Amino acid sequence: MASRQSYDNVVLTAPYSTPYQRYSINTAHWWIAKALRGSLQQAKLEPKELDGLTVSSFTLFPDSAVGLTQHLGLMPRWLDHIPMGGASGVVAMRRAARAVQCGDADIVACVAGDTNHIDSFRQMLSSFSRFAADASYPYGYGGPNANFALLTDRYMQEYGATREDFGRLCVAQRHNALNNPGAVMKKPLSLDDYLTARPISDPIALFDCVMPCAGSESFLVMREQTAKERGLAYATICGTIERHNAHSEDPIQLRGGWTVDIDELWQMASCQPSDIDLLQTYDDYPVISLMQIEDLGFCDKGAAAEFVRNHDLTIQGDFPHNTSGGQLSAGQAGAAGGFIGLVEAIRQVTNVAGPTQVKNAALAMISGFGMINYDRGVCSSAAIIRAGSL
Amino acid sequence: MSKPLQAPPKKNPQKRTVSPTRPPESRSRASLGLSAAAAEGRFALQHCTECSAIQYPPRDACCACLSTALRWLNTDAKGSILAETTVRTSTKLYFRERSPWRTGTVKLDCGPVIICHLHGDCEQQGRVELINRLDRSGQAVLLALPQTRKPNMEDDPQLRAITSDPKHRRILITDARNPNTVALANALSNAGAALIFVGESESWRPYPAQAELANMTGVEVLPLDVTDTSSVDKLAGEIGGKTDILINNARFIRPGGVLERGDTTFARNEMEVNYLGLMRLAQAFGPAMRSRTADGVNAAVAWVNVLSVHALSNLPAFGCFSASNAAARSLAQSLRAEFRSSGLRVMNVYVGPTEDDWHQPLPPPKVLPQNLARTMVQGLRDGLEEMYCGDVAKDVYERFRDNPNVLERESTLAGEGA
Repeated sequence: MASRQSYDNVVLTAPYSTPYQRYSINTAHWWIAKALRGSLQQAKLEPKELDGLTVSSFTLFPDSAVGLTQHLGLMPRWLDHIPMGGASGVVAMRRAARAVQCGDADIVACVAGDTNHIDSFRQMLSSFSRFAADASYPYGYGGPNANFALLTDRYMQEYGATREDFGRLCVAQRHNALNNPGAVMKKPLSLDDYLTARPISDPIALFDCVMPCAGSESFLVMREQTAKERGLAYATICGTIERHNAHSEDPIQLRGGWTVDIDELWQMASCQPSDIDLLQTYDDYPVISLMQIEDLGFCDKGAAAEFVRNHDLTIQGDFPHNTSGGQLSAGQAGAAGGFIGLVEAIRQVTNVAGPTQVKNAALAMISGFGMINYDRGVCSSAAIIRAGSL
Repeated sequence: MSKPLQAPPKKNPQKRTVSPTRPPESRSRASLGLSAAAAEGRFALQHCTECSAIQYPPRDACCACLSTALRWLNTDAKGSILAETTVRTSTKLYFRERSPWRTGTVKLDCGPVIICHLHGDCEQQGRVELINRLDRSGQAVLLALPQTRKPNMEDDPQLRAITSDPKHRRILITDARNPNTVALANALSNAGAALIFVGESESWRPYPAQAELANMTGVEVLPLDVTDTSSVDKLAGEIGGKTDILINNARFIRPGGVLERGDTTFARNEMEVNYLGLMRLAQAFGPAMRSRTADGVNAAVAWVNVLSVHALSNLPAFGCFSASNAAARSLAQSLRAEFRSSGLRVMNVYVGPTEDDWHQPLPPPKVLPQNLARTMVQGLRDGLEEMYCGDVAKDVYERFRDNPNVLERESTLAGEGA
C-alpha cells in the first residue's frame, strides 16, 4: 500500500456556526446560505471568489449540491455532495484539502446545514435508508434511539459501563454548552437529573438523546499562502482517516472503523494521545463517544467508562471534550452535527472560541461517525489539526 | 409468563371507537419475499446460489461474492439474543399507542444478525427461535419466541397484535348447511371464541346438523342467504358491528366442465354463491369490520374464505366450479388490498376434494371437516393469509409454485382413449 501524502500547505480557516434553533420555518437552503455567508464574511471574500464547494444536508431534497450552485449563484469548478451524516465534516475536509493541494480549486467552502420543521424528523426517519425501512423501523419505530439503545445495552453488558458513566459525560457537555450562546440547551444538568430522566428506549433516557434542531456550520479550505495574504488565522491538517462498513463480521457494534486506520493517523500526525489538547467526538449518544475514546487510543477497549470517571471533560478540565456542548447539549442540526466538532476545533486552535476557549489549545482531534443504515453506524472518520502560525 | 388475556368488558357505545393505525408498510421489493413467506408462516431468508451466504436484511446482491442470484429458502430460525431494548416512545402512532414495545438484536446460529420483536417470555441473552409473520401493515416482521413453550404465550400483546387469534372473539360462519360447520364451530369454541354466529338459509328446509347447531352453547343460528342481498344486509345490520372474524364457508358445487353441462344454470348458481356471495358479504360486513380493527381485545381481525385449490389451476372434472373459485380467489385479492389500510386480514384456506356428497366419486385423500377446522384455527392463531389444507391442496400448490404451466398440462390430459 502506498503511504499517504501529507496535507502540507493546505489550511482550514473561517469557522462559522449559525446559532441553532429548535424549530425553524426556514429551509435547508436558507440555513446553508447563512453559514456560507458567515465564513465568506470572516475571510472577506465575495461569493464569486469561491471556486470549490462541498455540501452535506438531509433536508435539501429534492436539491443536492448541484441545485445549490444555481440557488446561491455560485460557479465552482470543484463540487461535492457528502451524504455521510456524522462523518461528513472530516470527510468534506479531507476531500477539499486534496482538491486545493492538487490545484483543482483555490478556495473551497465546506458547508453543512439542515432545517427542522415540526414533524420533519419523523419524515426524515421514514426515508432514511432501505435497510432501515426494511429491517429496523418495523420493530417499534424507535428510530436511532432504539438502535443505539441496543448498542448501549450490549456495551454495558460487555464492559460493565453504567448509566452514571454515560451521565458524567452528558453533565460535562451541558456544563460546556452553558458557555456556548448558540446552544439549544440553556439549563444546567445534574447527574441526578440525568439518572432520573424519562426513559425513552431502555437503557436510554431523555438526556442520552440529542435534540433535533435547525442549524448550519461552515469553514473554508485554502492554501496556507492565501490565508496568510488575507490575514486569516488558520489550522493545519496533521492527518485524517475515513472508513466505511468496517468490522461487518462483528455481530453487534462495539467498535467503529477508526480501529482499522488509527495507528496510521497517529503516525501521520507524528503525535500521541497525550499530546492532544482537546477532543471532539461525535456524540449522538454517549456510548458512541465512549467507543471513540477507546478506538482513537485514549484508553484500552472497554476502559472508557473508567476513563470518564477519572477525567474532567469540561472546558477547564484535564481532558476537554466536546467544548461547545456537542450535539447532546448544543443540539443536532442534521448533517451539521457532522461538522459541529470540527468547526469548534478550528475555533479552538485558532484561539477564537471565545467563551468556550480551552487555554493554550494547539492540537485538537476530531472524530465523526455516521449513518445507522441498519443495525450500526457505517461511516467513521477522524482528523488531527494543529494551530497554524500567522 | 404472559398474563392471561381477560374477556373484554361490554363496549361503551358512547365512547369513540379507536381509529386503526398501522406499523410502517414501506419495504423494498426484495423484502417482499419475506412478506410472501410470512403470509404462509414460513421463516425464509435469501441464500446465495453461488457461495451459499445467507443474507439479511433482504438485498439484491450477495454481500459475500456480489452474485445477484439470491433465492428465498426456508432457514433454521434458532439464535441467541445479543441485546434488547424497550421502546417507550415512538414517532409512529401505532407504536406510541402500544408502548412499551420490546425489541432486540438476535444472532442466528446460521449467521445473520436480526433486529426483531421480542416476546415477553424471552429471557435476557436467552436462546430464541424466530417466527416470520405479517403485521397489521400486511408486511413481514420477525418475532423471537423462547425455545420452550410457556403458559399463555399466545396472549402476549406483541404476539396477539400480529395474529388473528379467535380467543374472546365473535365469529360469523356463513353457511350452516355446509357439512363442515359443526366441526368449525366446535374448534372455534375450543379455541376460546366468545360467540359464534351461524348463518342459515331457507330455515324451513331441514339439514342434518340443524338440531345439533341449535343446541350448541355459545352458538347463535341466524337467517342468512348469501345469494340474497337484502338478507345479507339485514344480518350485517344486526351483527356487523360485533363480527370480529367472518368465515365464509358457503359454496355451491356441481361436477362437470363446459360441454358436460347443457346450459349455464349451475354455473350461474356457482357464481351467485361462490363469487357474488363473497362480494355481497364483503359489501355488507366489510365496512364495519375494517373500521373496528383497533377496537380492543375483540377488535375485528380476519376474513376467511374457503376456496378450492383448483382456483389456482383448473380441474376439468369440476371445470366450472373451479372457474367460480378462480373468480372468488381473484376477488379475495382485491378485498385483501381494500382491507389492507385497516389491518384487517384476508385468509384463504385452500382445500382439495372435501368429504361430502358432491365429491363422493373421487378417490381419497379427502379433507375431513375436523381437518379443515384444525387448519383454520391454526391459521388464525398464526395470523396467516394463505393456507393449504390436506394432501391434495398441498400437492397442487407445490406443483403450482414449481411451474404453473406444467401443472396446467398435467391437469388437462385427455387420457389414452381410442
